[in-house]
Amino acid sequence: MRILKMKSDFLKEFLMSLEKFGKLYGPKREKGILTYAPIERFEELVLNGENTIIPLKKLFHPKKFIMFHFDDEGFKPDYSMIEKRVILGAHPCEIHGVLRLDDVFLTDPPDPYYSGLRNSTAIIGFSCMPSESALCKSTGTDIVEEGFDLFFVDLDDFFLVWIGSSLGHDMILEREDFFDDKVTHEDIQRYIDWRENRDTLFKHSFNFPAMPDIIELSYDSEVWDYFAEKCLSCGQCTMVCPTCNCYDVNDVFDITTKTSGRRERIWDSCMFVDYSLVAGGHNFRGTRADRLKLWYTHKLKAFANEYGRPSCVGCGRCVDTCPVDINVLTVSEALTRCEVPKQ
Amino acid sequence: MTAANQVENPFQPEPARIVRQYDLIKDHRFFQIRFTDMERAMSFIYKPGQFAMLSLPGVGEAPFSISSTPSRPGILEMGIRRTGKLTDALFQKKDNDIVYIRGPYGNGFKIEPMVERDIIIVAGGLGVIPLRSILYYVLDNRDQFDELYFLYGSKNPDEFLFRREFFQIKDRDDIDCFYTVDQDSTGNWTESTGFVTELFKQIPDIDPQTTTAVVCGPPVMYKNVIKELLKLKIPKNMIQMTLERRMKCGVGKCGHCALDHIYTCMDGPVFTYWDTLHFRELI
Repeated sequence: MRILKMKSDFLKEFLMSLEKFGKLYGPKREKGILTYAPIERFEELVLNGENTIIPLKKLFHPKKFIMFHFDDEGFKPDYSMIEKRVILGAHPCEIHGVLRLDDVFLTDPPDPYYSGLRNSTAIIGFSCMPSESALCKSTGTDIVEEGFDLFFVDLDDFFLVWIGSSLGHDMILEREDFFDDKVTHEDIQRYIDWRENRDTLFKHSFNFPAMPDIIELSYDSEVWDYFAEKCLSCGQCTMVCPTCNCYDVNDVFDITTKTSGRRERIWDSCMFVDYSLVAGGHNFRGTRADRLKLWYTHKLKAFANEYGRPSCVGCGRCVDTCPVDINVLTVSEALTRCEVPKQ
Repeated sequence: MTAANQVENPFQPEPARIVRQYDLIKDHRFFQIRFTDMERAMSFIYKPGQFAMLSLPGVGEAPFSISSTPSRPGILEMGIRRTGKLTDALFQKKDNDIVYIRGPYGNGFKIEPMVERDIIIVAGGLGVIPLRSILYYVLDNRDQFDELYFLYGSKNPDEFLFRREFFQIKDRDDIDCFYTVDQDSTGNWTESTGFVTELFKQIPDIDPQTTTAVVCGPPVMYKNVIKELLKLKIPKNMIQMTLERRMKCGVGKCGHCALDHIYTCMDGPVFTYWDTLHFRELI
């Protein structure tokens, strides 16, 4: 993979020049909340390393969208949301999150909505410094090697820019004059120092590689009951998790008729009580403990059997979000020590 | 032209016509359905134990097991209980009305481990609906299999599904049928009474090493039936079960039927008893 150097002064002009490759999106503050949204001006873009509340998944697996329109003639797919896009400022954990979603949505048979959005979107990654609750060092997702078109590592007065795809290379070729392929020994040292410094800034860690076994062994652990007792089943953990992909499907009639309408896909959460409810009233996961266990099994163990690695990308959003402190960190600590957290 | 147009849409419901329908018992109706496109009707290849998603526009979509056998192609049969919004609307449909189908989904029964072996089919209540597919499949390909035992129990005679059909096949000499009801409220039941597990006493001696069992019923039934099958020493991986879960997609995307690292819609709905020892939430 080629690595080039770009002076920081060129950042604004280069990023805004990518508009010719698609509509620009990036982290932007809207009503005080940092979220991925269309970027009109460079100044809107927040590249300080802060996490958005809702992860990048919302641009590939939208919270709610129309799958089909129906009428007397049947169901017609709606792909109108698919457009050329360039996403700016995706952190390594975000890119890992999208790669985990690829595992689900692109596996045969591929989901045409997700694959349509994915194939029409370029990802420009950006390095970040660990947040207060970042766990990406533990989950091995603090660095990315694939899943981006370009990736910028911020070394103050210059960036090292990894070219991850042919499209990324085309973007560079557009403004070739901004880039320098002479990376000096001094530059390399700056990068090494940056990484070493960054590694020291993580405040939390957990034993990620041991979790699959621990989860399997803890199937009947009272730790689940302890957390279930506190859990509000609010589903916020699933909404903010970059790798939660569950969804529900609803039909909605158009206001004016009883024959035409739309079939919508909308995010769902395995924390909701009706998640595993079937016709006739049998609920396969009626208790909160069973639902919590499913989520953590999925994040820390099960996904690995199916797709090669557990799905947690260590972004720390569950740590920041859960109102009653149930998160990857507290759960894995409790399971590892076989004791419930001290109050 | 976007990239998406080049990918087949696995969620696309296809129009099909209700050819015939009749009530099996109260609130349980039998539907014969055929794709409006005759070519599609013939190209819809499925295996016993697979399921399909049935849609009514504006009402919704849900999975239903296919009750017909692929050995009688062209028409899909489903036995459906009226139990919610979608089935309520479905029960309003008349012959020739259009419904929408996509599928088939799931792994289906593993036929290979049944060939040239004795087969015990054990059904409880509504569980007989998916098993009717494998039952007729075996009967239609009778020379591929050895002895066939069919055990079916319902709560009472009024809830005994496919009564006419099943009493007809009782007369065949290439199948041994054992029927029971938990309680005979009608007074004119001529078969056994008691739970389906008690029918095992009536099965002649079998060689467990050459026997495959296929089971479907309400969640409470599995444990007791499996106990009986294990008593007969049938190997755990030769006990096949078809299970139910909430599903929204059928193709491993929506997450609802996930269970440890498997999806019931893709890796199931047919599992062996051996599988359930690894995936403790299965039954």
